Amino acid sequence: MSAEAHAHGHADGHGHHGHGHHDEGFIKKYLWSTDHKMIGFQYMFTGMAMALLGGFTVYAFRMQLAFPGISVPGYGRVTATDYNALVTTHGSVMIFWVAMPVLIAALGNYLIPLMIGCDDMVFPRLNRLSYQIFLISAIVLIASFYVDGGAFGGAWTSYPPLSAKAEFSLTPKGSTLWLLAVALEFVAFLLGGINFVTTVMNSRAPGMKMFDVPIVVWMIIIASILFMASVGPLVAGAVMLLFDQQLGTGFFDPAKGGDPVLWQHLFWFFGHPEVYVVLLPAMGIVAEIITVFSRKKLFAYKTVLYTAIGTGVLSFFVWAHHQFIAGIDPRMANIFSVTTLLISIPVAEMCFVYIATLYGGSIRLTTPMLWALAFIGEFLLGGVTGIFLGASGADIYFHDTYFVIAHFHYTFFPIAFIAVFAAVTYWFPKMFGKHMNDTLGKMHFWGTIISFNFIFIPLFVLGARGDHRRIYDYRHFPDLMKPGMQDLRILATVALLVLLAFQVVFLANFIYSLFKGRKAEANPWNANTLEWHAPSPPPHGNFPEGLPTVHRGPYEYSHPDRQDDFWPQHLAGDARSAQS
Amino acid sequence: MIRPIATTREATGMPTGRLAVWWVIASEIVIFGGVLGSYIMHRLGHPEWANQSVHTNTWAGAFNTFVLLTSSLCAVLAHQAAEAKDGKKAAKFLMFTVLGGLVFLIVKSFEWSHEIHAGYTLTSNTFWSFYYTAAGLHGLHVIAGMIIMLFVAADARHNRELQRVENIGIYWHFVDVVWIFLFPLLYIAK
Amino acid sequence: MLEHYLESASTFSGDIDNLIIMVAVIVGFWFLLAEFVFIGLILKFKAQPGVKAKYVAGEDPKEKRWVAWPHYATLIFDVMIIVAAIRVWHHVKQEMPPADETVRVIAQQWAWTFVHPGADGKLDTADDISVVDELHVQKDKTYHFELLSRDVLHSFSVPVFRLKQDAIPGRVIKGWFKPTMTGQFDVQCTEICGIGHGIMPARIIIDTPERHAQWVAANTTGGAAPQNAGGTK
Repeated sequence: MSAEAHAHGHADGHGHHGHGHHDEGFIKKYLWSTDHKMIGFQYMFTGMAMALLGGFTVYAFRMQLAFPGISVPGYGRVTATDYNALVTTHGSVMIFWVAMPVLIAALGNYLIPLMIGCDDMVFPRLNRLSYQIFLISAIVLIASFYVDGGAFGGAWTSYPPLSAKAEFSLTPKGSTLWLLAVALEFVAFLLGGINFVTTVMNSRAPGMKMFDVPIVVWMIIIASILFMASVGPLVAGAVMLLFDQQLGTGFFDPAKGGDPVLWQHLFWFFGHPEVYVVLLPAMGIVAEIITVFSRKKLFAYKTVLYTAIGTGVLSFFVWAHHQFIAGIDPRMANIFSVTTLLISIPVAEMCFVYIATLYGGSIRLTTPMLWALAFIGEFLLGGVTGIFLGASGADIYFHDTYFVIAHFHYTFFPIAFIAVFAAVTYWFPKMFGKHMNDTLGKMHFWGTIISFNFIFIPLFVLGARGDHRRIYDYRHFPDLMKPGMQDLRILATVALLVLLAFQVVFLANFIYSLFKGRKAEANPWNANTLEWHAPSPPPHGNFPEGLPTVHRGPYEYSHPDRQDDFWPQHLAGDARSAQS
Repeated sequence: MIRPIATTREATGMPTGRLAVWWVIASEIVIFGGVLGSYIMHRLGHPEWANQSVHTNTWAGAFNTFVLLTSSLCAVLAHQAAEAKDGKKAAKFLMFTVLGGLVFLIVKSFEWSHEIHAGYTLTSNTFWSFYYTAAGLHGLHVIAGMIIMLFVAADARHNRELQRVENIGIYWHFVDVVWIFLFPLLYIAK
Repeated sequence: MLEHYLESASTFSGDIDNLIIMVAVIVGFWFLLAEFVFIGLILKFKAQPGVKAKYVAGEDPKEKRWVAWPHYATLIFDVMIIVAAIRVWHHVKQEMPPADETVRVIAQQWAWTFVHPGADGKLDTADDISVVDELHVQKDKTYHFELLSRDVLHSFSVPVFRLKQDAIPGRVIKGWFKPTMTGQFDVQCTEICGIGHGIMPARIIIDTPERHAQWVAANTTGGAAPQNAGGTK
């Protein structure tokens, strides 16, 4: 954690409102900070550390699938118990402790005050508390590996009765710790979400009207509201499941008048909006980057906004498509099949808008731009394969096969990694005042993208051929050991190893650039949004020359009346409105 | 610490603290909505739970409803006093509100110990699981509200942070409204 | 396409395959078109010295139609897919053609017990045949199944039938299938059910009526239930 601190702290111009924080000690500055940027970094580095854990678990279980029974280097033999715990941890960690903290908490914390032109979040101490609870949740999750019976292995969806009773799961403590960790994580993000929403509603720079707010900020806010509105029932469900586990109640136990399917409803009522909770910020990042590097105004700003809101609203009515064959009334599947396919319309429209933005541009294929474009290209495949699963008749076959896994990794990998790499490479100069190395960046990009496709295209094929999920050794199933199937599993695993190896390039680039990178000026990309008006890196209080005033929308690139091809939001001047 | 400028801005025209309280309530509504929605779905599927709910004490529940409503009235009076910049009076009314919360909890504990003695515990039936879980979750909110209110009252007495009197009042009304839903669902429906 | 990799062995497996192919053709076309336009635009509008980007707000209806038309196309094709999907779904999951025979499928950690009705064709009689991890059925007969679970959630999946249904403790879930070819195939549990989830394979054995009758006879001795392997009735 001290690494970024050096780079961050050296330009110690204090805020105009004089917090008087110059000489604070190490702990106060890096661990007990209330500064939104530092909290953003805390979330980012914790998320990156958890991504290493998520990566390690997938390495261990993919090795077992490709070469069943071998002793995996660095792990050992993967037993059936281990395998379940590894896949459960991989899923939980990547969604709750990587995608959520990095996309929403880290970028939200870092970007919101800078992009709306104020000095901090409205509740800095609440913000600090939110991170601390999040950190505890991560520790609780890791601790669950070291208790009797080991970590929970009932999948990240944690369906009861398996998750509710120790006699079924055989992880008496692991399942409770898992549940506790997830619940704490929810509390952290609820606090963070309230802070984000209140900040953006109340503390925008003077002159920044609703449609002058950068799309990424809008997206984080819509995502935070979606999260708040959807997580409540699952919090209630978590309390009920905890009581079932520890006190012997029977909320999910049919023998006592409960219903196991209730948990599935509570879980997916949250779980499906959750997909859009992480998708929307990623879409926002991409909007910022493609406009800057194609020097174009965003095509139909309001349409993007409305499709995001439409997606958010619709996402509350699709949850049961995870349960088509779960024993719900089959007539319900028809309704949810309709809503599920309808949600493809706003999401597809968002992709169309981004593609249309490229038209007539002056496209520069920098590293962040490559990542942003790759997001669109890859996410499209994730999106269209969802249609197979939303179509109830086809889902009877595809449900719980590797086709599903490949589908959601084509959405989640672009969200949690491609968009995040886009964001990190784009905002790195602002965050740390240094440029990243471009050669290493491009090497990392191509290595990651190519190997990513080689992991998941084989999984589509395997899923279509009947491979079902969460099986530690396919040799028990003769139909799944037909010629060629094991080769595809090996191909996916080898591609995974290549992908993991290329992340070393990223880490090396990150650390190298932090210390030895070329020094970055305030606005290296000639971008419009307010964060580029602040020095790189921004000091405590963000804008040493006074908080900015906003005069126009965020995407006034290549305006015909201007010599420059960009027009920063804070510059006074002809107030020809952004919406003209 | 000194507040950031961000906290003092009011682009919506609503003070930041109050705006945040509304968002807290929004996120709480869905939590209670989850519990009550699950309960209602189960209740509809299990008409026989009426045989259990007859053992709840409707009169105690009704009395507690009255107590909470009265305490909400005190919270309103505290807000009025705070508007008039009379911190001492606001603090006094807040203490009355806390007292109301205390009476509520005392009645509740008598009720629960009576029911537990009669053999109706958390695990005896899923109706009772819902009963204790929903009311317990609500009780925790009552306790949290009381603690926060003590802090707010301590500040208000010295005419500090008077805007918080209104904020905690809004929260307290919410806790009250949740009870208005719990009471008929758990006690009256028989 | 699919049956090349995995036999299509029930009356509705072909319907599901056709639905999958229909979706594949529709979304495949649009996916390729979108990628083609996307990559084309990137290549066409790469930055060139002295060329300024266009200033397009995208709010004008004339510009917006570039997004609006694909949008309507999405809607139309969505409706087509929905209609096809619901038809298949209705056929597989909502209709129950009259049964020739009913089997009971009991899932537990971590084995399947299949209760066959025996020679009299009725369940819950003395000649029921319970077998662990082997389901014996005949070609061209309509079967109903009753799906039960003794402990946690399981899922009864027969990939060659394209059939899948979760088992829920405390409920009896009904469904149907009609095999169209003979052979032996995998039955899988596709809902995680604990540490033995990966070792819960079973086989379905589809025979001709004659061979099936032989199997029934071999496992029935004078009205008693001999092979009471699952320990159930």
